[in-house]
Amino acid sequence: MGNSTTAARLVEVGVTINGVEHRMPVEARELLVHFIRSRAGLTGTHIGCDTSNCGACTVLLGGGAVKSCTVLAVQADGDSITTVEGLAGDDGSFSAVQEGFRQEHGLQCGFCTPGMLMAATGLLSTNPDPSRDEIREALEGNICRCTGYQMIVNSVRWAAEHPDSAPTEGSAS
Amino acid sequence: MIPASFDYLKVHSSAEAIAALVEYGDEAKLLAGGHSLIPLMKLRFATPEVLIDLAGITDLSYVRDQGEHLAIGALTRHADVQASPELQTACPIVSHVAGTVGDPQVRHRGTIGGSLAHGDPASDLPAVMLALGATLVASGPAGTREIKATDFFHGFLETALAADELLTEIRVPRHTTGWSYQKFNRRAQDWAIVGVAAVTGDRTGVALVNMGPTPMRAEATEAALAAGADAATAAAAAAEGAEPSSDQHGSSDYRRHLARVLTKRALVEAGLN
Repeated sequence: MGNSTTAARLVEVGVTINGVEHRMPVEARELLVHFIRSRAGLTGTHIGCDTSNCGACTVLLGGGAVKSCTVLAVQADGDSITTVEGLAGDDGSFSAVQEGFRQEHGLQCGFCTPGMLMAATGLLSTNPDPSRDEIREALEGNICRCTGYQMIVNSVRWAAEHPDSAPTEGSAS
Repeated sequence: MIPASFDYLKVHSSAEAIAALVEYGDEAKLLAGGHSLIPLMKLRFATPEVLIDLAGITDLSYVRDQGEHLAIGALTRHADVQASPELQTACPIVSHVAGTVGDPQVRHRGTIGGSLAHGDPASDLPAVMLALGATLVASGPAGTREIKATDFFHGFLETALAADELLTEIRVPRHTTGWSYQKFNRRAQDWAIVGVAAVTGDRTGVALVNMGPTPMRAEATEAALAAGADAATAAAAAAEGAEPSSDQHGSSDYRRHLARVLTKRALVEAGLN
């Protein structure tokens, strides 16, 4: 088993995803996105391009948005992850960002949406009142092939203007 | 796409990393943020037998103002370089260009040391280090040595680092006079088709992104500026000696054209006429 003083193919990985700990031995080469989807069963995180371009696999790792197709599961060992399933409150109420995408129609086919929601959530956690330019900058690593982005930017602005619609603290961490 | 199998070792100090490099030699690769290496491993262009994860080393992520220069720990992530008040104040080209690497997700993982040690000619930060005349610090079994950025990039994805050496620190001079970074790409998150880093005033340096197998200085432009040429004349020489490749983004001639145009823009933005 890895994480000791000798190199090993099989490593013990423990991560907390949306508040739930998942601990198991995995191959060191396993990508975080596969761990999230196949081990933890959380298929809201999508695999789009698989080349760290499209951003559909974006999750929050240690609070920051990352592309989980370009992170090894073992690199997340000991960390906390939030996926799209972790955004809503325990009672199912939408987070401000989710509600913004509903109010402003920030999606069409929805494939990129989990990544958009996570990148936007990451942005608002450090910059609660971003300008439209700052939103575009923060979403530059997320590709949508339906909307043309205008309504996605509107959605994030809606979330910034309605922070109180966020779920109670802690429920989505 | 899934990387080929490898053995994984997480180290917790520079000494442990160097010991592992000595033990595993050419079979091993160092893993920092992984945003250059993991894509190559997924494509199986890189198939290391052993991956040495540096994430357990906690004392190589910092920016320190040392007076004449600023010291940046090799494991400092791009997002932290971008946000560093010390760099924004005393060497703003470095924080600015760190903010142009990839996209926010990439910048949350990728590190400045990983980017430089990878030695990719299409990468943004190597050109800045060349233009600034930065110094890189490497540690190996025989101790620590300093390598000038201008001596660091040897060939395509090849650097002056020995197989048993770890890049630990990047030292950039204070530079608050003129500077510019011109990055030409099709989409915001893309690699530069061509990029130009220029500094003027306290020191003068011009370096090019993606204009050959290594990050490179625009030596003819630098020489012209030293001889008193104006921006337009100096920029006209920017592609001299460069051997850029042709690919789907542009021909070799188009890249030479871009180098001249972008160098002119960079020199003007940096305050030259």
